[in-house]
Amino acid sequence: MSLLTFKGGIHPYDGKELSKDKPIKDIDPGTELVYPLSQHIGAPAKAIVEKGQHVLCGECLAEAGGFVSAPVYSSVSGTVKNIEKRRTITGDMADCIIIENDEKYEKADPITDKPYEDMSRDEVIAAIQKAGIVGMGGAGFPTHVKLSPKEPDKIDTIIVNCAECEPYLTSDYRKMLEEPERLIGGLQIEVGLFKNARGVLAVEDNKPDCIKLLKEKTKDIPNISVAALKTKYPQGSERQLIYAVTKRAINSKMLPADAGCIVNNVDTVIAINNAVREGEPLMYRIVTVTGDAIADPRNFRVRTGTNYKDLIEAAGGFKCEAKKIISGGPMMGFALFNPDVPVTKTSSALLCMSEDEAAKWEPSACINCGRCVDVCPSRLIPSHLADHALHYNEEEFLNLNGLECVECGSCSYVCPAKRQLAQAIKSMRRMQLAKRKK
Amino acid sequence: MENEVKDKKQNKEEPVKTLPSVSSTPHVRDKSTTTNIMGCVILALLPATGVGICNFGPAAILVTALCIGCCVFFEWAFEKICKRKNTIGDLSAVLTGLLLALNLPVSVPWYIPVIGSFVAIVVVKQLFGGLGQNFMNPALGARCFLMLSFSRYMTDFSYRPGWVGADVISSATPLADVKGGASFSIASMLLGNEAGTIGETSALALIIGGIFLLCMGIITWHLTGMYLLSLVVFVIIFGGHGFDINYIAAHLFGGGLMLGAFFMATDYVTRPITRKGQIIYGIFLGCLTGIFRIFGPGAEGVSYAIIIGNLIVPLIEKITVPKHFGYKKPASS
Ligand code: SF4
Ligand code: SF4
Repeated sequence: MSLLTFKGGIHPYDGKELSKDKPIKDIDPGTELVYPLSQHIGAPAKAIVEKGQHVLCGECLAEAGGFVSAPVYSSVSGTVKNIEKRRTITGDMADCIIIENDEKYEKADPITDKPYEDMSRDEVIAAIQKAGIVGMGGAGFPTHVKLSPKEPDKIDTIIVNCAECEPYLTSDYRKMLEEPERLIGGLQIEVGLFKNARGVLAVEDNKPDCIKLLKEKTKDIPNISVAALKTKYPQGSERQLIYAVTKRAINSKMLPADAGCIVNNVDTVIAINNAVREGEPLMYRIVTVTGDAIADPRNFRVRTGTNYKDLIEAAGGFKCEAKKIISGGPMMGFALFNPDVPVTKTSSALLCMSEDEAAKWEPSACINCGRCVDVCPSRLIPSHLADHALHYNEEEFLNLNGLECVECGSCSYVCPAKRQLAQAIKSMRRMQLAKRKK
Repeated sequence: MENEVKDKKQNKEEPVKTLPSVSSTPHVRDKSTTTNIMGCVILALLPATGVGICNFGPAAILVTALCIGCCVFFEWAFEKICKRKNTIGDLSAVLTGLLLALNLPVSVPWYIPVIGSFVAIVVVKQLFGGLGQNFMNPALGARCFLMLSFSRYMTDFSYRPGWVGADVISSATPLADVKGGASFSIASMLLGNEAGTIGETSALALIIGGIFLLCMGIITWHLTGMYLLSLVVFVIIFGGHGFDINYIAAHLFGGGLMLGAFFMATDYVTRPITRKGQIIYGIFLGCLTGIFRIFGPGAEGVSYAIIIGNLIVPLIEKITVPKHFGYKKPASS
């Protein structure tokens, strides 16, 4: 079978060998856990606990602030120390609930005790909503909203994004190998929600062991299949992934549902399984701690709210000075100037590099080589877009479809003149989108 | 003393010594740089330069050195005077100098390379804003300027015996022979035992360099391929010799076509940026070269074709804006 893919994209050094062969390890969450109220897209959650209150592991700390919102759960048992502003991944100060860990890990009641087999469609979605599950690929869009499209009968393909195309990240890889049943179980729950749907586990072909394992585990399940994708960044970008699997191309004004698709990533699907079948709210993330500045790179099962600094320590600390610390992958992650921030629902990796490649070269004049055009998965002309963005030429920027950019960063990666293309396009794009909303 | 202790303690608590840098995504970069790319093109031109030196003797070294030296000097001096950032390290001035030299006859007086370099670097490149801003290939712009101002020297191809094949003396370029109906030899066009500018005579050396660039991914087949192909088609239709392999080969391997198609037309800055644009541009150049060669007064046409091509690139760019991913015609629902 030929490999499924899209046009454009890049092949950066993937660095996965650093952490890929070590099993997931549990980690001590420390004494103080911090839970930002806004760990998702949409309205922030509303705190329902008070200072001094005792909470259990898996108890709701804050309830959803609306339909497009998600509740937040405590991942330890202990006492509410305070509700105050703390620094989060983006570098901003945000409202957070602080819990003092009593290290007893007393469990709260499950969020639902009805067996999955007896649940109706609405009850399944309600359980997912109640568990606080959001898209864990980075954006943090509440999953129950995704699973409630306008025309559910038109949904024919549920794709699990197992591409893990970001370099260095291996958390999805480890999960596929260690918890394939949960992954498949979660996908089955999703497929069960839509009467015309089939499920596809889309895996990049640099993980042949996962493809083999998942194929074997799903061979007796009629409506679930495994698709091998060409290894290429940004294969896991939603629009590119849908195209690779279904050959349907959607643009920025369309939703995956318009192409009959719903896309979720590995962690989200596993969380769905755990919420619906075991009544467990979302309180763990598998986080890859890696990079050439980390002594012992590997994956950890982390309770949300844990401090990133504890992760670094658990991975043996720094073996040399870390010039750049990134939450997420090197292509789309956030650079942190201080790792003293909490792990949230959308954390997937902590990458510590001994060298800042982005600052190694100074940007110079565009030589019009066309490489950015060749790699752009949205088929734009990044060099011209960046020019228009820098001159704040709105009209031309929109004419050249600047809003279609998926912010993948491939153009900046490949540019021999080292121009900050994605950065310029991204800020102009965000500005234009904000303007539209008004 | 107390302060010192305190400082130390703080250092111990803080695993990060200096603040890690923050910047926008992505955080990794490909290894290739402008300098690498220019360096590769220069490398790819070395076989042709070597053949030129073998054929035309030490004078060719002199002309080449003069061109490169002057181009680099003018770039440095201009940027110094205008207080711009010094860019001679990106090797683009070296490349312009080399290309200019390869486009000159070996017999030019010393001041021609100097004037040519000045026109290329200062007039065509820097006055328009430096690398990436010029709309005309600097080396070609200079060549055309020299052709118009010093046509006597620029078309004097009297062959100076070099170190190899010293007994061959001819003053007509192979294409002039072809056009005039005189006899010509494809083999010598390939090897370069012909009259012509320093770098254009050996088609073989140029093709080797071109293949190197293709393999390195620095140029693609789209432009060069369509240029050559469309010229061949044009020659078959309008050349008056029909499908005569020898005649077609003479057009391909004689004159400045290979140098133009692999190294001049492909100049990043002055060709369209999209693949589609490059294909259209290649066809345009092929036809224009054909028109100049077959219907024009002279035997050559590559340089003028590319210069005119450079001028219409903005137009090609306008009509070849790519359709974005997931594009749908506004009308259809
Ligand atoms: S990759 Fe960089 S140098 Fe090349 S065309 Fe794009 S912006 Fe210009
Ligand atoms: S323009 Fe946008 S979509 Fe295209 S490569 Fe750059 S960041 Fe990616």
